[in-house]
Amino acid sequence: MSDTPLKHPIPALNPRAAIKLEGLPIIIVFFVLIGLFIFFAPTVFLHWPIYNSFLVTIPPMMILSLGLTLVIAAGEIDLSFPAVIALSGFLFAHVTRTYGAPWSAWIGLLAAIAGGALIGVVNGLLVAVIGIPSIIITIGTSFFWSGIATVLSGGMSYTLQRLTGSAINGIFSGTLFGIPTEAFWALGVAVAVWFILNRHRFGEHLLFIGDSREVARVVGINTVRERIKLFTLMGALGGFASVLLTLENLSYFPTQGQGILLSALAAVFIGGTSVFGGTATVIGSVFGALIIGMLDAGIVATGVAGFWVEVIVGLVFVGAVVLHIGIDDPARIRQLQRRLFTKP
Amino acid sequence: MESTAARTYEHIVRAENLSVSFGKVRALAEIDLAIGRNEIVGLIGDNGAGKSTLIKTLTGVIPPSAGRLFIRDQPVDWANFSVRRAHDLRFETVYQEKSLGEKQPLWRNFFVGRQITNRFGFIRVREQRRIANEILQRQLGFRGVGIDADSTVAKLSGGERQGIAIGRAMHFDADLIILDEPTTALAIKEVQKVLDFVRRIKDSGRAAIYIEHNLAHVHALADRLIVLDRGRIVANLRPADLSLEDLTLFLIDLQKTKIEAAA
Repeated sequence: MSDTPLKHPIPALNPRAAIKLEGLPIIIVFFVLIGLFIFFAPTVFLHWPIYNSFLVTIPPMMILSLGLTLVIAAGEIDLSFPAVIALSGFLFAHVTRTYGAPWSAWIGLLAAIAGGALIGVVNGLLVAVIGIPSIIITIGTSFFWSGIATVLSGGMSYTLQRLTGSAINGIFSGTLFGIPTEAFWALGVAVAVWFILNRHRFGEHLLFIGDSREVARVVGINTVRERIKLFTLMGALGGFASVLLTLENLSYFPTQGQGILLSALAAVFIGGTSVFGGTATVIGSVFGALIIGMLDAGIVATGVAGFWVEVIVGLVFVGAVVLHIGIDDPARIRQLQRRLFTKP
Repeated sequence: MESTAARTYEHIVRAENLSVSFGKVRALAEIDLAIGRNEIVGLIGDNGAGKSTLIKTLTGVIPPSAGRLFIRDQPVDWANFSVRRAHDLRFETVYQEKSLGEKQPLWRNFFVGRQITNRFGFIRVREQRRIANEILQRQLGFRGVGIDADSTVAKLSGGERQGIAIGRAMHFDADLIILDEPTTALAIKEVQKVLDFVRRIKDSGRAAIYIEHNLAHVHALADRLIVLDRGRIVANLRPADLSLEDLTLFLIDLQKTKIEAAA
């Protein structure tokens, strides 16, 4: 290869790329939504406390959706993370309570992450080595591990009030400059995942695997090893999210992973990541998680009855997915228009 | 090129007694073949004759069930042989339709599997982009056609894709370029481009294995033709000694004997 500079250097940014800023459509949707909330519930949305509570409740779900973004980029899916939330939360709570020492919660943190990673390794082996589709096997492992969590905990919840005021609580569930520390952790994970996906060899391998496993194989990507790594990372992130959740409540419930499955998945797809694999947007997932997390409290605050929340979430979800298709592939929308509006 | 000057070997690749089985199916049986350092070898045969299996074995995608392989006259250790190892040994493959990531930009496609990274594995995107643009403009002549390092493969025509895949192989300074039906499903004008690429492989002193259905193309380009049939080599011909017509008749005869044998 030659190192002579080009006679006509390539412009640093081409105008098309500037318009197609990563996640732009969903960022616009996010701000429109905030605008609507401010319009309909100014007393709530013009004051800090609601945003503070968002920054506490959204991070665990956002961290899960960031991991899922990588999984979906590789053309896989992981439905077992609610079980990771249950089992890793148990490991954290159990280790913390069993050894009373101040450092025991830190061991608990490691145990939770290691437990999540272990679940991930098992998923990865079953998917990549044995070749079972991930959508099927992670349903199975999800039942199994949440069952194990229930058995081990005896179906009981654990309170961890003793951690009030502890260092670990301050670091993962305190405030910094008046902002909940969970938000910084979620931001940190988002930045790391963005760099992994867009700038690291591993992320590129995931994109090629999601694009076509056959192509990935012939260009020399170890598709088995990379997918095991992927599920392991997803499991570890689930373990971490579980600790954030448990510390926030200062108690562990065996059922604490329930309800997070659809939210975390919806965040990824609202963000604009394609279900077909090969492309993904981390920034989209961040804003997708913010939108999903806000809708619940936001809708209630605007005075609409709480019963309507899921209806509106469903509408936003479908609307966002159609919007993304329209932006990525305008031809498909035109085709639909023709089919609908031309008389035979 | 200094690297080429240092190489003294007779055959870029030589296989001895190579067999591949998938379960009970024998895809390749006792293949012996040798390819010289600046030789274009055409590989012909019916669908299922074992052409793709042969090249996938030579490039580390499929492990063989028996046999030995020599690269630059040195024996290959199967346990350590992989696509990556084949790349390191300067083997490049251009697969029919299946060697580029559709949704990925060209700067990723050129380097995937051997990215330019820092020691933590982070890709030097700017450098990859610069080199990709250089290959596009200088080697492939994609100047002013709206294709740059950020274009995704999905936007390219079939001929452009093959050009990219071949350009990638040339860039990595391969000594052996394997082309798996590179002209299938291409428009005539694009076929010409691909054939020009193959000619340039020969002119630049490299070797190529060229799988092709179109006998006219392979007859015109190859120094030697190897005919595979049901996993075995059944003929080793020189196009110089055999007109295109004779080659066609030979293959038709082969078909007949096959049908008779089946009956």
